[in-house]
Amino acid sequence: MCTTCGCSDDADPKVTNLQTGATLRVGTSPSNREHVHEHSHSHLHTHEHTHADGLTHSHEHAHMHEHEHAHSHDHDHTHEHEHAHSHDHAHMHDHEHAHSHDHAHMHDHEHAHSHDHAPSSASSKSASRSVIELERDILNKNNQLAERNRGYFEGRKVLALNLVSSPGSGKTTLLEKLISDLHGKMEISVIEGDQATDADAQRIKATGCKVVQINTGSGCHLESDMIAAALKELDPAFNSIVAIENVGNLVCPALFDLGEACKIAILSVTEGEDKPLKYPHMFRASEVMILNKIDLLPYLKFDVNKCIENAMSINPNIRVFQISASEGAGLDELLSWIEQRAKTMAALS
Amino acid sequence: MHELSIMINIVSIVQEHSQDQRVVRVKLEIGKLAAVVPDSLRFCFDVCTKGTNLEGAVLEIDEIEPLGECNLCMRRFPLDLLAVRCPCGSRSVKCVAGEELKVKEMEVE
Repeated sequence: MCTTCGCSDDADPKVTNLQTGATLRVGTSPSNREHVHEHSHSHLHTHEHTHADGLTHSHEHAHMHEHEHAHSHDHDHTHEHEHAHSHDHAHMHDHEHAHSHDHAHMHDHEHAHSHDHAPSSASSKSASRSVIELERDILNKNNQLAERNRGYFEGRKVLALNLVSSPGSGKTTLLEKLISDLHGKMEISVIEGDQATDADAQRIKATGCKVVQINTGSGCHLESDMIAAALKELDPAFNSIVAIENVGNLVCPALFDLGEACKIAILSVTEGEDKPLKYPHMFRASEVMILNKIDLLPYLKFDVNKCIENAMSINPNIRVFQISASEGAGLDELLSWIEQRAKTMAALS
Repeated sequence: MHELSIMINIVSIVQEHSQDQRVVRVKLEIGKLAAVVPDSLRFCFDVCTKGTNLEGAVLEIDEIEPLGECNLCMRRFPLDLLAVRCPCGSRSVKCVAGEELKVKEMEVE
């Protein structure tokens, strides 16, 4: 834990390569991002001077200085500070960094309203205030990195699928099935996202497929920088498929572009046909909805048509597949769609 | 709680542009289709700005109403997330407003 701000290292996303066992941290959590602490401290210096007449004397003096430093928690906590001191003249430690940003506009802001009710100090402060227009996309950083990932996928002619669902809908079982059915036809590798454990990655590894596990720690979704780090470890083959199994969560992953070709929402029939209405953002962001566990329909009061109607009212273009990952029903249709998409991907780039 | 990651991004954008100046007000534009809860953002703002040059700043959130545009009749109409349909009956509709996630402006002193 960072002792200055109390941010925790435990929350850092971690990428594990199941082939090599290598793990690395991804700089996305607040503690892993570079951040700045200001502090001041004093140094006690002892100097010994020898004068021309041969007289030697020593004296101590302390001086205060303030400095800012950025640190990142990826590495050991040794911070080396170089202080160039010269003691026969005063020197400044202030560094002025003049950055000009084209997109920021300064405006002098006139506060015409009176501050009768406010303390006098507040009104004097407002005179020196200025409004700066920013117009910046909040997810700009994630989106830019996602586009970089998208370029990586296109360059390798890789079809990237982002599988999203609530926990327990059968994402990993579906992947196991797809891997075995695609065997000999098309290479597939997997990025697993979970808050903790590599249980899912171990299941994928057992199929003989290349897999990298991302543990998001406290994070509830994958972000594009985690995918960028995972891709370096995964090194997917040209003309292949990368399946990204997102953290089980029907809310947050809708917002974060990873650079995938499309999002695929998986909904199991044990969950209820109103899920698309309850989590509209996810079904709006997804190109495909897979209804899984249809072999259980005889035991449930699940209205398939109602569910599809609900999904279409949110996303009229959503494509629906009805499957049973464990029993194999409906998988042929899904597989031919995936193969078709992979061919389109290869033709595009 | 993706509002926390979003707020971390907001604070870092504001810090990048404010540098040493004290920030007294931050204004966001959040579309109602952006899947972000303004109250959660407000909570995260206090947490994320503690000890920074944004501490104590006022957070203003402008919520943007969703607006759809029909691809057939080109009409613009308030978009209902749960029933995407143009008054003309078409379901071929694109969203032209309501997905904003933007740091609009800040006030510094």
